[in-house]
Amino acid sequence: MNRIKKTFNRLKREKKKAFIVYLTAGFPSLSETERIVPELEKAGADIIEIGVPFSDPMADGLTIQKSSEMSLKKGTTLKKILKTVRNIRRKSEIPIVLMSYLNPVYCYGMKDFVKEAAGCGVDGVIFPDLPPEEAAEIERRTKGKDFYIIFLASPTSTSGRLKLIARHSKGFIYYVSLTGITGARDRISPHIATNIRKIRRITDKPVCVGFGISTEKQARLVSKAADGVIVGSAVIDVINKNRGKKTLVKEVGKFASRLAKAVHNE
Amino acid sequence: MLPNKAGYFRNFGGKYVPETLMAALKELEAEYAKAKRDPKFRDELNGYLKDFAGRPTPLYFARRLTEKLNGAKIYLKREDLLHTGAHKINNTLGQLLLAKRMGKKRIIAETGAGQHGVATATAAALFGCECVVYMGEEDIRRQALNVFRMRLLGAKVVPVASGSKTLKDAINETLRDWVTNIRTTHYVLGSVVGPHPYPMMVRDFQLVIGKETRRQILKLEGKLPKYLVACVGGGSNSIGLFYPFFRDKKVGFIGVEAGGLGLSSSKHAASLLKGEIGILHGSKSYVLQNKDGQIDVTHSVSAGLDYPGVGPEHSYYKQIKRARYIAVNDKEALLGFKVLSETEGMIPALEPAHAVSHVLKLAPRLRKSDIIIICLSGRGDKDIDIVKDAIR
Repeated sequence: MNRIKKTFNRLKREKKKAFIVYLTAGFPSLSETERIVPELEKAGADIIEIGVPFSDPMADGLTIQKSSEMSLKKGTTLKKILKTVRNIRRKSEIPIVLMSYLNPVYCYGMKDFVKEAAGCGVDGVIFPDLPPEEAAEIERRTKGKDFYIIFLASPTSTSGRLKLIARHSKGFIYYVSLTGITGARDRISPHIATNIRKIRRITDKPVCVGFGISTEKQARLVSKAADGVIVGSAVIDVINKNRGKKTLVKEVGKFASRLAKAVHNE
Repeated sequence: MLPNKAGYFRNFGGKYVPETLMAALKELEAEYAKAKRDPKFRDELNGYLKDFAGRPTPLYFARRLTEKLNGAKIYLKREDLLHTGAHKINNTLGQLLLAKRMGKKRIIAETGAGQHGVATATAAALFGCECVVYMGEEDIRRQALNVFRMRLLGAKVVPVASGSKTLKDAINETLRDWVTNIRTTHYVLGSVVGPHPYPMMVRDFQLVIGKETRRQILKLEGKLPKYLVACVGGGSNSIGLFYPFFRDKKVGFIGVEAGGLGLSSSKHAASLLKGEIGILHGSKSYVLQNKDGQIDVTHSVSAGLDYPGVGPEHSYYKQIKRARYIAVNDKEALLGFKVLSETEGMIPALEPAHAVSHVLKLAPRLRKSDIIIICLSGRGDKDIDIVKDAIR
């Protein structure tokens, strides 16, 4: 069974929400990514999103833009990221999804990508620039494989589009909390709960919320309405602050464990 | 008729965008389809094109250039004479009228050379809309005059410091603004790139260039030209010129890309000649990228051609071999700039100077009865400083 599915089954039994952490792969280095992931698992993360850096991240705010740029400068590639996931898999069974703009994967070759990613222990992929309408090719490649394509819904999605997204998305639906790009914000949108109810009327797939969630308070609030909370830029900010320090991995773990407790309502 | 409903020119095009933009693109598509059939919209747009922008533009016989090259007869389509100094105004007037129909009062745009930014700021001023233009820091430096013009027109110019600090990064930043302010804002994209319906819609607003040209040359010469030559960055002036001649199989299309410091260097912007198929800024087309799918940093002396992608319809023309694409490097473009200034008394923008430069080589090889039409897409006032530095 796909690890994402297994995780949501477990969380359902435990009556808990999923805490999902996004990391830019290779920031500050791939060997550190490899060490941070198990630490995040220990801290209480349920699913890890590994961001594939791209030169033109049009859906991302400054934090992820900068971390991507630095990662690329260090020579991070999709191939190396897959190898990193393979290494992580020796130690951990935490669900791992890649988050990538379409072009690096398109350039890699959809067929090879799905085959090799699944082989390395990747459970699925999220493309911020791929609506279901354009997904036929990659979906065809995942047929018969336990590999999920996760689609995003947003506050501007009409109910017709929500149905389309719910039908295509596997594992969970990534609900973008606001009209905007990634990045920490002081306030979260007051419409999240209402919009999630709208999605729930359409599907019983888990709905996880990301974009703009950075504090324990926000995470706790969102976890009341959603099945999962995704935190990205705030974690990357912590990585950035501790870059070059021996305590980097520990500090990221500490920050994540506070957020995990908030999401898990502990 | 291409593109198809999904926005594809055979294998190229589409809508590769964040979900947040999908509803707005559908709205734009629907509104544009309605407007296109609405005679009131067409009349209003034609009125502005005529009285505000100065259409039709002349098709001018370049007598001295023709004599100098001693080959084919050369005509210039004078888009440089339009208000604001380039063909970009054809598109921005159309899109502003659409924005008005959709009730969107905030206008955003990207700009490279600044011509599209100026044309957008101008149309926004005309219709009383708020206007924000994103421009790479590198382009702000090299096209300072246009930055000042935009500000005079009441637009806010936002410098973009990310990536290569040029056109592609300005587009990224404009898309980020659009995702954030999608409910109140219309994005006036300046070329035949981006997600559907932009490549189709911008082409439609620009094909007035080719329609007029076809009528004018038949009246002047009683026959069609052998070649149409135009520069290709994103590709809006060239598609605008080519498209109405698409079925005239004997008319050859030549698209001139920016060769920068040479195609064997990595410093150029020849996406069709040197790129691979990829996805950039919402559509599938030829893209300059490395083997890992990261977008290349491009170079061209002309900011308007300094872009690693190209409109999907050009990729289609390349695929079916309807157009031929070649590159002209910085030095050759500067020569085109100089020759046209001296022989015809017209200072071209550096972008069409690329097209002129190719004709310097092409015309002498043709018969005197052959006709070449160059799209003189803009004038060169904005480029005086760059040329001054380059000559020195």
